Amino acid sequence: MNIPEQLKYTKDHEWVKIEGEIATVGITDYAQGELGDIVFVELPDVGKVTDQGKPFGTIEAVKAVSDLFAPLSGEVIEINDALKETPELINKSPYETGWMIRMKMKSGDQVAALLDAAGYKKLIGG
Amino acid sequence: MESMKRTPLFEKHVALGARIVPFAGFEMPVQYPGGIVQEHLAVRNAVGLFDVSHMGEFRIRGSDATAFLQRVTINDVSRLDPGRVQYTAMCYEDGGMIDDLLLYHLGDSYMMVVNAANAEKDLLWIRDHANGDVEIEDESEETILLAVQGPKALETLSTISATGLSDLAYYAWTQTKIAGVPVLVSRTGYTGEIGFELYIRGNADIGVKVWDAIVDAGKDFGIAPVGLGARDTLRLEMGFCLYGNDIDLTTNPLEAGLGWITKLEKGGFIGREAIVAARSAGLQKLLVGFVGEGKSVPRHGYGIFSGGVRIGHVTSGTFSPVLQQPIGMGYVHPDRARVGEKIFVDIRGKMVGATIVKPPFVKK
Repeated sequence: MNIPEQLKYTKDHEWVKIEGEIATVGITDYAQGELGDIVFVELPDVGKVTDQGKPFGTIEAVKAVSDLFAPLSGEVIEINDALKETPELINKSPYETGWMIRMKMKSGDQVAALLDAAGYKKLIGG
Repeated sequence: MESMKRTPLFEKHVALGARIVPFAGFEMPVQYPGGIVQEHLAVRNAVGLFDVSHMGEFRIRGSDATAFLQRVTINDVSRLDPGRVQYTAMCYEDGGMIDDLLLYHLGDSYMMVVNAANAEKDLLWIRDHANGDVEIEDESEETILLAVQGPKALETLSTISATGLSDLAYYAWTQTKIAGVPVLVSRTGYTGEIGFELYIRGNADIGVKVWDAIVDAGKDFGIAPVGLGARDTLRLEMGFCLYGNDIDLTTNPLEAGLGWITKLEKGGFIGREAIVAARSAGLQKLLVGFVGEGKSVPRHGYGIFSGGVRIGHVTSGTFSPVLQQPIGMGYVHPDRARVGEKIFVDIRGKMVGATIVKPPFVKK
């Protein structure tokens, strides 16, 4: 199971990469494996404000659909347009080309609520 | 997972890295590491191997067996010759469906092959309704059932089958040996592809022996083990009904588009009067297929709308790996069950357009 050390995680299986006040968000390798073949991802428009822990989109696999939960509060500044045509990037490269949104964090304080790699590994029973 | 059953090939699935899920009281492989889409395409383009040993098999013997089966099933058993297989169903007195099933005429007896989730209820029902010289034996536990499906299925089996299978007609069966193991082989399946189902009596050693021989024989064709996930997407692309989704005790066979197996003229059978009455009164719903717009997937239970009014519900839906489009089936009022009719599916609060089509979604 690939759980990069430098990323932060949520119990809902999103990963977050923090660079200054910008956070990049996707779903973990574990999550894409559990979902299976992803066929569609619905992402918010740029400018949408997210609330930590609230749904910001949905992800459809052949077998099931699930909500995507915002790991942090903030404003969406970019979405990964490539996922519109090639949602399977999430299966192939969950931490790189399969990223979902970039957001401007409302407050750095919320980062403390996220899990580190060791904490996430423990959560998924690794 | 206490009291969950396992098929004799359980350890094989685990060794292959399958994701195991509870299904109908069994721990079954839903997918292998390749994933549902890859398994699906292996069956459409080459060949796939399924363990469906969870299905129930009942042997029915006795001089009154034919008359009994004629009464508890809806198809015409008098037209089922030895060596042939019949797709049929059982209904309650009110016309609601108990199960859909395959009936094999084995010459001196019959074999009923039923859905795993219904096996217990089916067995109780047929035991309750048997009279005269009818003997019913549950052979589910000792029967291994493998399905080999896809355009390369025949070539895969031809090298390891003791007898040729190329002359085996659709919905016919024969007794042969595969990898030296006695096997009842029928040209049947749930994928829409040319394919075979193999019934084997035996334990895990025997099951693994046949499984490994098939994998070896199909290696050059790119044979893939296929789990329940792709089994579902494959059957749905063909518009085949799944009990518990598209048919159940609240649906009669005419509503489900199974009029072709409902032989009302054959004489009395359980459910006939209710089905005839429902037809005379006018059916209240019909199962239709539809293709969705966009990419979001219609799923079991979602509402179907037209002109802002709810006209039915989705019974099965998926994203078709072949068409690369959402497809589904659902019940709507017969007035709306017209090919080309535009409908809307309520996908988690969003009305997504769809068009009614006539299955199969993927033409073979």
